[in-house]
Amino acid sequence: MQALKIRNLTKTYKGGVEALRGVDLDVPEGDFFALLGPNGAGKSTTIGIVSSLVNKSGGTVEVFGHNIDTDLEAAKSCIGLVPQEFNFNQFEPVVEIVMSQGGYYGLDRQTAYQRAETYLKQLGLWEKRNSMARELSGGMKRRLMIARALVHEPKLLILDEPTAGVDIEIRRSMWEFLRRINEQGTTIILTTHYLEEAENLCRHIAIINNGYTVESTAMKSLLRQLQKETFLLYLQEPLEQFPSIQGYAMKQVDETTLEVDISAEQNLNQVFGELAAAGLQVRSMKNKSNRLEELFVKLVEKGQL
Amino acid sequence: MNARQQYIAFSALLVKEIRRFMRIWVQTVLPAAITMALYFIIFGNLIGSQLNDIHGLRYIDYIVPGIILMSVINNSYANVVSSFYSAKFQRHVEELLISPMPNYLIIIGFIAGGVARGMVVGAAVTGVSMFFVKLQSHHLLITLAAGVLTSMLFSLAGFINAIYAKSFDDISIIPTFVLTPLTYLGGVFYSVDMLPAFWQNVSLVNPILYMVNAMRYGMLGVSDIDITLAMAIIISFIIALFSFALYLLNRGIGVRS
Repeated sequence: MQALKIRNLTKTYKGGVEALRGVDLDVPEGDFFALLGPNGAGKSTTIGIVSSLVNKSGGTVEVFGHNIDTDLEAAKSCIGLVPQEFNFNQFEPVVEIVMSQGGYYGLDRQTAYQRAETYLKQLGLWEKRNSMARELSGGMKRRLMIARALVHEPKLLILDEPTAGVDIEIRRSMWEFLRRINEQGTTIILTTHYLEEAENLCRHIAIINNGYTVESTAMKSLLRQLQKETFLLYLQEPLEQFPSIQGYAMKQVDETTLEVDISAEQNLNQVFGELAAAGLQVRSMKNKSNRLEELFVKLVEKGQL
Repeated sequence: MNARQQYIAFSALLVKEIRRFMRIWVQTVLPAAITMALYFIIFGNLIGSQLNDIHGLRYIDYIVPGIILMSVINNSYANVVSSFYSAKFQRHVEELLISPMPNYLIIIGFIAGGVARGMVVGAAVTGVSMFFVKLQSHHLLITLAAGVLTSMLFSLAGFINAIYAKSFDDISIIPTFVLTPLTYLGGVFYSVDMLPAFWQNVSLVNPILYMVNAMRYGMLGVSDIDITLAMAIIISFIIALFSFALYLLNRGIGVRS
């Protein structure tokens, strides 16, 4: 079963702005799915329509087989939403925010309290349960929205830039948490501008731009499309003489750093071997830029043509 | 959602609404009690003692039902308009919109919150009035029905105002320019019998006149209006406003893009 199936989704706002011109998406059940696109591409509008915060102009949306035009209540029951902007009552205690949301989904107060305790503890917010929401830090507020979205244990969790403005330590703990939730069976759709985040977490990816789906495929097959990757090699000792390896484009960045391009037909083993033969030891290495980022830029540029 | 889940969802919203206004009772409950105490002192005791009886009742006794109802009207309206507009402004109305709660239940939840505040404030003002008059109850059921139905009606009006409101100014325009004049001209402080025939007829288009008289009939047993007609008009307004509020919410006006 598809967790989310979108066909030819269109949205024209009052004033004539066409936010979506024909978005198609298929998100398999249990997937960790990245929805990417530049600012204004239509990601948040798409999410808004799926979660019924935005009225669509055309097309169909099905959530676990429930069409939002004919079976909205059932579709809504399947979804948990973590929006981009903070959207809770700043003057309400943390635990009440989570419990009220549970109530709106028909959870009695005892069950809602137990769930609130579970998720607030997992997200490191239980100690703050009686604090007013406005007293929380930015990272805590984001985690509060995740706990709130999970209180009714949705089959589909949609996160719209959940780690924006969050420090790296909290971001990584959120990644671990989301991985765990996904492993337990929750389908996750993630929008993010951190492409490293999408590459690390997601199995499938869709890129939308100018209101269209530019690409929708498995992350691995997308990354295979890369014809060339650029690596930075950090050497153990400073270079005395620039090593030249036939067939490889290489340049010296500084006295202990080399930059090398590896095409799809080439491999790093040969580079390491040649460098070792020249008496050079590679201490560490990294991609010059995120692989997904390179593809993303290409696809978005192609979509604009 | 089945019936039990709908009841739970309604309760969650109602509890949230009650907590909201009780958390700030100094701003939501106390001012009405103080203002109405001033009305009793100034209009009831000081000025009222110089006036003739109306329908055989002392002036201060005559105005008590209207003053209680005025506080119910103002607070029911204020509660829903400020709560729903704040929910829009802070965007936590989205918590409700994404949930499977039917739209009619969302409206009923906010209306119940408005009625709850109206009743709490009404009870507080009734308590204050007991310092000035001996409380009368000619027909308790009609008194309660008039209070609750009026509260529902103005909670609905507040809800519709909040749906259309785009700024905090928009939620104060209707109370200032519509609600207050209608209330003061709705027979709270006088009997319409005291007006010239032309103004008596004009007063009949003021819906608050019917509510004040229904309340007065319940408490004192006197009314300028036929009580059945008064109740029918109040209920008709409730049905009309509820239908309109539901239409607006179903269309997503003011809450969805």
